[in-house]
Amino acid sequence: MTLMLQTRDVARHFDVSRPWLQRTIAREPKRILRAVDGVSFDIPKGTTLSLVGESGCGKSTVARLVVGLYRPTRGEVIFDGRDLQDARSDATQRRRMQMIFQDPYASLNPRWRVRDIIAEPIRAFGLIREPQAQLDKVGELLKQVGLSPLDGQRFPHEFSGGQRQRISIARALSSNPEFLVCDEPTSALDVSVQAQILNLMKELQSRLGLTYLFISHNLAVVRQVSDRIGVMYLGKLVELAPAETLFTAPRHPYTRALMDAIPDIEMTGRTRIPVGGEVPSPITPPSGCPFHPRCALANDRCKAEMPKTLPARGTPETQVACHAVEEGRDGGPKPALAAA
Amino acid sequence: MSETETLPAAGSAPATAPLLSVRNLRVEFPTRRGTLVALDDVSFDIHPGEVLGVVGESGAGKSMTGAAIIGLLEPPGRIAAGSISLAGKRIDNLPYEQMRRIRGREIGAIFQDPLTTLNPLYTVGRQLVETITTHLPVGPAEARRRAIEWLELVGIPAAAQRVDSYPHEFSGGMRQRVVIALALCAEPKLVVADEPTTALDVSIQAQVIALLKRLAREKGTAMMLVTHDMGVIAETADRVAVMYAGRIIEIGAVRSVVKEAAHPYTAGLMGSIPPISHRVERLEQIDGAMPRLSAIPPGCPYNPRCPRVFDKCLTLRPELLDAGATRAACWLYDPK
Amino acid sequence: MKNFFDSDLWWSFTRSPVTMISAVTAFVCIAGAVLAPLLAPHNPFDLASLQLMDAFKPPAWTGEGDATYPLGTDDQGRDVLSAIMYGARVSLLVGFCAVLFSTTLGVALGLLAGYLGGRVDAVLMRIADIQLTFPSILVALLVDGVVRAALPRDVHDQIAIFVVIFAIGISNWPQFARTVRGSTLVERNKEYVQAARVIGLSPLRIMRSHVLPNVLGPVLVIATLNLGFAILAEATLSFLGVGVPPTQPSLGTLIRIGNDFLFSGEWWITIFPGVALIVMVLSVNLLGDWLRDALNPKLR
Repeated sequence: MTLMLQTRDVARHFDVSRPWLQRTIAREPKRILRAVDGVSFDIPKGTTLSLVGESGCGKSTVARLVVGLYRPTRGEVIFDGRDLQDARSDATQRRRMQMIFQDPYASLNPRWRVRDIIAEPIRAFGLIREPQAQLDKVGELLKQVGLSPLDGQRFPHEFSGGQRQRISIARALSSNPEFLVCDEPTSALDVSVQAQILNLMKELQSRLGLTYLFISHNLAVVRQVSDRIGVMYLGKLVELAPAETLFTAPRHPYTRALMDAIPDIEMTGRTRIPVGGEVPSPITPPSGCPFHPRCALANDRCKAEMPKTLPARGTPETQVACHAVEEGRDGGPKPALAAA
Repeated sequence: MSETETLPAAGSAPATAPLLSVRNLRVEFPTRRGTLVALDDVSFDIHPGEVLGVVGESGAGKSMTGAAIIGLLEPPGRIAAGSISLAGKRIDNLPYEQMRRIRGREIGAIFQDPLTTLNPLYTVGRQLVETITTHLPVGPAEARRRAIEWLELVGIPAAAQRVDSYPHEFSGGMRQRVVIALALCAEPKLVVADEPTTALDVSIQAQVIALLKRLAREKGTAMMLVTHDMGVIAETADRVAVMYAGRIIEIGAVRSVVKEAAHPYTAGLMGSIPPISHRVERLEQIDGAMPRLSAIPPGCPYNPRCPRVFDKCLTLRPELLDAGATRAACWLYDPK
Repeated sequence: MKNFFDSDLWWSFTRSPVTMISAVTAFVCIAGAVLAPLLAPHNPFDLASLQLMDAFKPPAWTGEGDATYPLGTDDQGRDVLSAIMYGARVSLLVGFCAVLFSTTLGVALGLLAGYLGGRVDAVLMRIADIQLTFPSILVALLVDGVVRAALPRDVHDQIAIFVVIFAIGISNWPQFARTVRGSTLVERNKEYVQAARVIGLSPLRIMRSHVLPNVLGPVLVIATLNLGFAILAEATLSFLGVGVPPTQPSLGTLIRIGNDFLFSGEWWITIFPGVALIVMVLSVNLLGDWLRDALNPKLR
């Protein structure tokens, strides 16, 4: 099993202090936002790893770290055996990774024709020099994502949200990448269109052997596309497990709460007890385990000591960072309410 | 005279008189390229204590329906035909000032973004007190007591202290609770909630849904819940109306619509929701996209995407027809 | 072109009579100025054709006037109408060039500040802030004064027009830079720019081909409004005697010259250039206002 991507204790902190002068006058300390704080995972070639979590948990920052839009504050990202910075300085490596974005209205330059948008990576990497051959390739890519080659001469605003997302995918595919980072690719779309895009992405993966890092807040979507799933909370990976295991036996109390919170059409008229409290600010995270203020199983150790990521008792294929699971206080593996 | 005016607008509505009654509502937007019909022949009822969910894809007209009811259509949009009655009284043709009074007293509104509803310059307590004293016959001291009570009711911890905080001092989820308190504190008979949970995180969403549901039940408030999230509707609503291209294409009890959808669009919509309980190799999908308002096809608006389309669908527009457990605007259920 | 006549911009243009009148007026002014050598009845700078006998002729309709000088003549016997047309030429040339100069400088610096951020941004924007605390006419006066002091008189007269362009242009770049920086900050965080960064395009290439085309809308509006300002600024400088040399009189110069005769009864020498200046600036500004409203989706 060869790895497409590895991250080792990757962290990314942002300085969100006020400007120097105001800060000095008000005698404020620097404010550091720990968007991602020590995340490690592997993605084997040809598989999909998904990261889920609520807004502000750092999942989109991980996506940007992994394609080099941000440099890590700490830790390392390894792309196909090479350090990411090193790999990205080499165009033949850079073309192997591409990204698909969330907002289909912001991810395409409104002043460019679709054919130029899709051809941009081809031109930037000098993959095809001859203009007619470039156009042929663009037509072929448009067909591959379910659009007509004639659509190339139109502008982005002439397309619906779902069609724009197809154009985004065509652009990402145009440099023949092997690794695609997908940052919430369907969350701005209506559900019937979401199904189209998810089906297309699965189809492309099996046809082209792509490796995906898939970012989403929607657990149901993630279940449909993932081989393995990581759950993030306040910049940390709290649980990482094979997709089926995560859904049949979620271990971390946060994962369980998240699964129980999802409104589901199977659950008409049910009443339930939602998890209380709110996500704390990543500028002033709680001591110890970040989830302890909202966790029913929290004790003094959870408040003081950050749990290590370890294989879970009962489901050793799950990596989980929880004292309660480690000590066996969680009552062992059992299905979540919604997945029951 | 069309059928919808004589029959109750949906299958399983309770036998009491409806609180809100919308009949053949048509909303138009004049533009320089001609008039766009944003809502076309929309009819439904909401009974006291009932939660009606309104679902549809973006641009289907669900928010527009809510805006028309609370009298806040964005210009140049206007009601071109039909009627909206609250407790038997027409409210669609009232002058602005009268409608404003009804909006606070009899209809409460909750929007997606709590920041647009709350005034950032006043404390939440002041805004609550103002709403209560404007619409209910109580003095300021009593109003403040009630304001704190409402904040407690919507689950704001330490309500007696937080009442004097400004909106920006609350987190997103807490702010949405304040908006709910503000919409409900004048004890309106009807609440129009437009995507009340969309801007919130999943775990907060669940708290807000549970809260809305509880309050509707305890206070007997009728609610129109507009959202694109079928999961939220399934858990909260009693009945649901499915909208497509400015029309209601199916309406019925929530269980029936979810489990035995009659209209091919509703069935496709339900099928395309990814299940959380298991993995499927290929999700059901509806090809194509909803037509733009400027290019709605003749006949049934769904005909270009419909897998069960036949010749009649291409020319004649179907009315809502009895379709087993629900009512659907589809020629498949034509008794003739 | 078909697209243009089908656009919202053209539609809003046809809906606004004030704008259409302004556009026609501005067009007449510009055409009259640019084509002055062809259209003007006289050449006011051809010393051979000047008749001192014809000095101080009032406008043609006053009875004492002469039909060959519709707006009268000045103290040298120059035709006022022709002088206005030639003067407007200088005014417009200075105005256009100054706006072009401040637009280029402001857009480039604004793009750099907004896209690169950090120290580049802080330094550029503080400079802009400092400059904005001075009235721009003061900056222009200062620049002109420095150049005047540094260069010998005959050299200065030769390049005076460029000095004025530079002085007015440099006093206005912060407005462009700030606007472009603001739009760049928005565009830079949009996902299409991130997509270009993932491909690994250089910052300069991203700024040029992705960000620049998307921040030019507001620039067009400010440039139009600034044209009016630049023409006025040039007139002010010339009126104060520090602008273009008297051998190439602009509208401002004409007003200053005529000002000496205002109270001795020869009002037409200064009033007509003044009216021409007002009409030109007003029509350009009204066009700018309309453009701002038409391009701003919030006001539509």
